[in-house]
Amino acid sequence: MTELPLEAVLFVFLLVVGIVVGRLRNLFGAAMLTGIFSFLSAGLFTLLTAVDVAFTEAAVGAGISTVLFLATLALTDDTERESERSWLAIGVVSLTGLALFFGTFDMPAFGDPDAPIHHGVGRHYLMHSWDEIGLPNVVTSVLASYRGYDTFGELAVVFTAGIGVLLLLRSKAAVMGAKAKPIPVRSRAPYVREMPIVRAVAKVMLPFILLFALYVQAHGDFGPGGGFQAGVVFAAAFILYGLVWGPRAVQGIAPERMLEGGMAFGVLLYGGVGVAALFAGGTFLDYSAFTPEHPSHGQHWGIFLVELGVGITVSAVMVVIYFVFTARPRPRLPKRKKGALAPPRLTAVPELPVETPKEGSS
Amino acid sequence: MTLATHWHYWVVIALMMTGLHIVIARRNYVKKLMGLSIFQVSVIMLYVTMGKVAGGTAPVYVMEGEGHDAVPNLDVVYSNPVPHVLMLTAIVVGIATMALGLALVVRIKESYGTVEDDVVIEKDRAEEESLES
Amino acid sequence: MSGLKAHFPVLLVVVPLLTAPLLALIRQKQVARALALLSALATAVIGWGLVIAAREQVEPLSYHLGGWPPPIGIEYVVSQASAFVVAIVSSIAALGLLLGTRETRKEVTEGQQHLYYAAYLLCLAGLLGMAITGDAFNVFVFLEISSLSTYSLVAMGNRRRAFSAAFNYLILGTIGGTFVLIGIGLLYQVTGTLNVQDIAHRVQELEDVAPDSHNLTLLVAFVFMIVGLGLKLAVFPLHQWLPGAYAEAPAAVSAFLAGTATKVIYFQLLRTTVVFFGAAHVFGALRFGTHVLMPLSIAGMFIGSIAAIYQPTLKRMLAYSSVGQVGYLTLALSFGTEAGVQAGLLHLGAHAVTKAGLFCVVAAIVAGVGSNRIQRLNGLGKRMPIVAFAFVLGGVGLIGVPGTSGFVSKWALLQAAFASEHYLVAGLVLLSSLVAVVYVWRIVEVMYFQAPPVDEKTTHDNLAMVPALILLGASVLFGLFPDQVVELAADAAHQLFLEPGSLPPLPTGGHG
Repeated sequence: MTELPLEAVLFVFLLVVGIVVGRLRNLFGAAMLTGIFSFLSAGLFTLLTAVDVAFTEAAVGAGISTVLFLATLALTDDTERESERSWLAIGVVSLTGLALFFGTFDMPAFGDPDAPIHHGVGRHYLMHSWDEIGLPNVVTSVLASYRGYDTFGELAVVFTAGIGVLLLLRSKAAVMGAKAKPIPVRSRAPYVREMPIVRAVAKVMLPFILLFALYVQAHGDFGPGGGFQAGVVFAAAFILYGLVWGPRAVQGIAPERMLEGGMAFGVLLYGGVGVAALFAGGTFLDYSAFTPEHPSHGQHWGIFLVELGVGITVSAVMVVIYFVFTARPRPRLPKRKKGALAPPRLTAVPELPVETPKEGSS
Repeated sequence: MTLATHWHYWVVIALMMTGLHIVIARRNYVKKLMGLSIFQVSVIMLYVTMGKVAGGTAPVYVMEGEGHDAVPNLDVVYSNPVPHVLMLTAIVVGIATMALGLALVVRIKESYGTVEDDVVIEKDRAEEESLES
Repeated sequence: MSGLKAHFPVLLVVVPLLTAPLLALIRQKQVARALALLSALATAVIGWGLVIAAREQVEPLSYHLGGWPPPIGIEYVVSQASAFVVAIVSSIAALGLLLGTRETRKEVTEGQQHLYYAAYLLCLAGLLGMAITGDAFNVFVFLEISSLSTYSLVAMGNRRRAFSAAFNYLILGTIGGTFVLIGIGLLYQVTGTLNVQDIAHRVQELEDVAPDSHNLTLLVAFVFMIVGLGLKLAVFPLHQWLPGAYAEAPAAVSAFLAGTATKVIYFQLLRTTVVFFGAAHVFGALRFGTHVLMPLSIAGMFIGSIAAIYQPTLKRMLAYSSVGQVGYLTLALSFGTEAGVQAGLLHLGAHAVTKAGLFCVVAAIVAGVGSNRIQRLNGLGKRMPIVAFAFVLGGVGLIGVPGTSGFVSKWALLQAAFASEHYLVAGLVLLSSLVAVVYVWRIVEVMYFQAPPVDEKTTHDNLAMVPALILLGASVLFGLFPDQVVELAADAAHQLFLEPGSLPPLPTGGHG
């Protein structure tokens, strides 16, 4: 196994990062490290040939969730108080770990091609999905057709999260930052938009990110990609735009109502394809029923449409979540020690003339 | 079962426990969520490790032939696609949970002024005592 | 119409699941509420339709999602037990919706009602999907739909504690969900399939190969699924999240959750022990019932009920009583017999109806008195006679007085205990019922034997009493005429215990 040393190195890094996240009391640093943990995992997934998983983990874990953590820290505290050592926790964790360790005793060896997991359905998909569906990327065939109902449920989970975050963080007082009070200039940490190089780079990159998102959406049939990854990348473009020019600038392009509609529309599109299959005489999500004389055509159309639904809902939900977090007025300014590093602000940038873009250490 | 054949699983278990320990032992709510994130990513790793076939490539067909006549080469060893599909779903569930958890953390900070578990419990108790009397 | 009926299994889930995004688009609170109610009612009708359909069949009905036969695709399975559970859950959900947005925080009432109802329907869809699916991983997906919506619904309670309760629930719930995920993964690794029936069949093969030595991976998979579900079910000592969540959630949500969420998880627990791993193995070789579940259940019964005596508010009291009632549910399972599972299913129905009804009554009390603190209920018997009476009716149902549903299920539980010769356990069940008498009596005393306050106004919330009276009426009706339901539960339990048949072999052909 040639990749063994690289895997081992990644594992060591992951362990170190995981332990440091636990010990670090600066939450800003811990958030970055959590993102790095995800990123290293994505590297590991690539080595383990799970390219779709790697792509998604990189976009979600290292991208969106880091942004969310930072946005939350801007609204809460960025330093953790000391926790006492909890023997109960150590006991529970040791017990769980030991149980899992014993569980590996009857597991087949890593990579064993004769393991039961590689027979059964997994083998069926690899052997027959070309005839039954006809897409080169088997992951997409399984995701959108064989187990398409799971993906429908997954989309519902994303939609649920969008609704939940809206219910929690959008109150009348803070409808998308419209009434957010401007924060006094002197107390602000540096805004990303005050950094000219970042602005210039962002400007150049944006169209490419959007183009890439469309490519990923369309390319899921042939290689790693698909609706979910595309949605996240698409949302990332908007978030980048928001980081640099302020969330309100994004609202000019993507108004709140449109996003909320998009959240719902994707789910309805996915479910609509399923219901349409009922009318075509099949069962729910049976795409073959659309073109009974040539089932794989129906499969291609169905997969295209449901992936589109996934892309729309995922991108809308991600942007909405980013908006509500950043539009939330900050409750109180944290007192920070002299010389402490201030995190870059990701919250709503009040559209004020910038007088003195001082470094945030003061 | 030897170190050579099973060490992947064991490292992944260690990673999972690192995350789980942060969730249970830390009192800071944001930190708990970071631990949860590490825990979940490690579980995803467990599935991906199980789906790996020695010498296998990514489960995207290696095509032979040109254009419409291209057919997949089924003699190539591919990794198992099913764990990958399941874990795409799990990643999504993870980020959804994270977003909701962080939204709750923001509201807790706004209404309690803190995101530390012991302080919140203390404030709840004080409130309960004032209602009792 | 017969064509539509064939799709009932999937429509049961898809109707609420697709109404939710519609509500998000509509944004009109009255229309949203009406539509949500209509959708939940339709779902309940479908649920009862499935009960009838399942009664007509010997074999469980199977619905192939995406047109792929199991185990290639995901399958919905309408067995007598799952139909029974989904019918109860969907009916309670519809009745809970009648409560509207009582006791919710300001954000909901100010223009976000449509989202609240959307979350409610998503929760319903998640619970139903979990109960009816025949695919192990699909259980996890729908578990998370219902969990995520539950966290946000609980957080809509009108005190700040709702946030911390919801967060607490989120952390523990996610740990539980992830444990289930680990369990499913290990199961998948040793069986190579995700279909419930297929897993059951293969697990049995593995157990038959080596009946004396346990397959450790399988054993650990079992442990993780049980611990994960135990967390979600609030089995003692994993119940820490439940009192806060039930007590701080808005009235409609408490009623809905108390009647449904733990019930669906309980059904998963039934399936995991009896179907996945096989009753003979779990309760025979592993002695999981008598050595693990039974002591925990008994501890839960007593600790939950005793804690209920000391709670300051009605909602907290009912929440701790639920911890105790979960103890009865798991106790019924721990016998590992058909009679036990029958008693469990009966108690599932009885407790769902009673507890949901009681939470509806609490909503009416809060609307009337402005609080659910027990010290403020003095003289409620005079101030709100119907409400107080309804509460007592529910209370005696919790105790298990003859003539209520609680009696029927506890009687079945005692019979199951005697049949498997656990006489001491039967005695303990009776003893713990006496504890329930104490906490119910405490309320009766305040409501009927303390003088009402002189100049306090009470408002009457008649709409909240509609679902309360329907649910408690159903409880009495079932208590007086139990035969049909008892028979249904017996058949359902019998069907669960049938040997898992093997699925037809995978279709071959094409390449390979």
